[in-house]
Amino acid sequence: MENKLFSPGERIAIGASGGKDSTVLAYVMSTLNRRHNYGLDLFLLSIDEGITGYRDDSLETVKRNQIQYGLPLKVLSYKELYGWTMDDIVKMIGLKNNCTFCGVFRRQALDRGAAMLKVDKVVTGHNADDIAETVLLNILRGDIARLSRCTYITTGEDGPIPRCKPFKYTYEKEIVMYAYFKKLDYFSTECIYSPNAYRGFAREFIKDLERIRPRAILDIIKSGEDFRISTTTKMPEQGTCERCGYISSQKWCKACLLLEGLNRGLPKLGIGRTKGPHNCGHEDTNLGSGTNSIESKQCGSLDF
Amino acid sequence: MQLTLEFGGGLELLCDSVKVHDVKVDGGDEKKMSMKNLLHWVRTNLIKERPEMFMKGDTVRPGILVLVNDCDWELSGQLETVLEDKDVIVFISTLHGG
Ligand SMILES: [Zn+2]
Ligand SMILES: [Zn+2]
Repeated sequence: MENKLFSPGERIAIGASGGKDSTVLAYVMSTLNRRHNYGLDLFLLSIDEGITGYRDDSLETVKRNQIQYGLPLKVLSYKELYGWTMDDIVKMIGLKNNCTFCGVFRRQALDRGAAMLKVDKVVTGHNADDIAETVLLNILRGDIARLSRCTYITTGEDGPIPRCKPFKYTYEKEIVMYAYFKKLDYFSTECIYSPNAYRGFAREFIKDLERIRPRAILDIIKSGEDFRISTTTKMPEQGTCERCGYISSQKWCKACLLLEGLNRGLPKLGIGRTKGPHNCGHEDTNLGSGTNSIESKQCGSLDF
Repeated sequence: MQLTLEFGGGLELLCDSVKVHDVKVDGGDEKKMSMKNLLHWVRTNLIKERPEMFMKGDTVRPGILVLVNDCDWELSGQLETVLEDKDVIVFISTLHGG
């Protein structure tokens, strides 16, 4: 907590997917808050993408966590926000590119949920492995803008609701070990719509490195942190979406563009520049939707 | 030799969604067995699908946590770890979503 992530009296939403990282995060946050009187008001915030056999099951886990940890839960669905579930979208567009929708919608859904809960901050369960993986992906994609940003422990401080990643330096291995010994109740199934290609390779590479030299993960994060962008590099400008008011560097935000395509029966609209299939949530490098960092994980994990 | 094998974090899906397996393993020598031999046995007898999700080369895939009697096998010699009767071995995948 030396990074000044929180201060007393703050309202904090924990992005909860039912997976290991967010479950451990919710457990640790609520335990520390009680034990050391941090004075934080904690909430669980879950996004229901509407994926039968996947998200409905993991939401059951979150509902149990709500009771186990005594934290109020807010569930926000794609259906209520956008009028489409992921099942509907996949029916319309097939398995290709569906993760573009999933990722763009989820990020925005989290911000909207946080606004409804009137929280001061959102915390997510991204761990050191996730961040190292994202650093590598941003290097491979040449996405300079996101490269250094993806390593910040807190992002979007200038935006409406900052996000932070308390597990930034926590190895995935430690989280799984912790969950095991504490017998925490978490959900571990991969998204049924996830083709799991590009990011999967980076993941595997990180795990191979870790076996040879565990520090490598932290070293990669450090490299990302130390990366400096020369002032001559033009960074995309931020504005707001003319339609919904969400942050966007284009006239319409990515979610609105995708929705327009869906509603007009032209689902290809807005998918233009993605590079082949990638995992849900694994964001769409230069899709304009904005300030948020691209880090994420397997499809369906809450990566916002 | 009697062993308890536990699969978690999604690995149970590779063996008929059963998490805990009480098994009798005949490793040649009745009293002792190495983790190396056990992995081979598991791959042959328990893993029903996608063995590449469990093994890579002659060891577990990176990202799979192995605990022998609740102790990280990296501390007990990994593949050389010697198992005894009634040991509990846990395999947990760390690779699935967060
Ligand atoms: Zn918009
Ligand atoms: Zn997806």
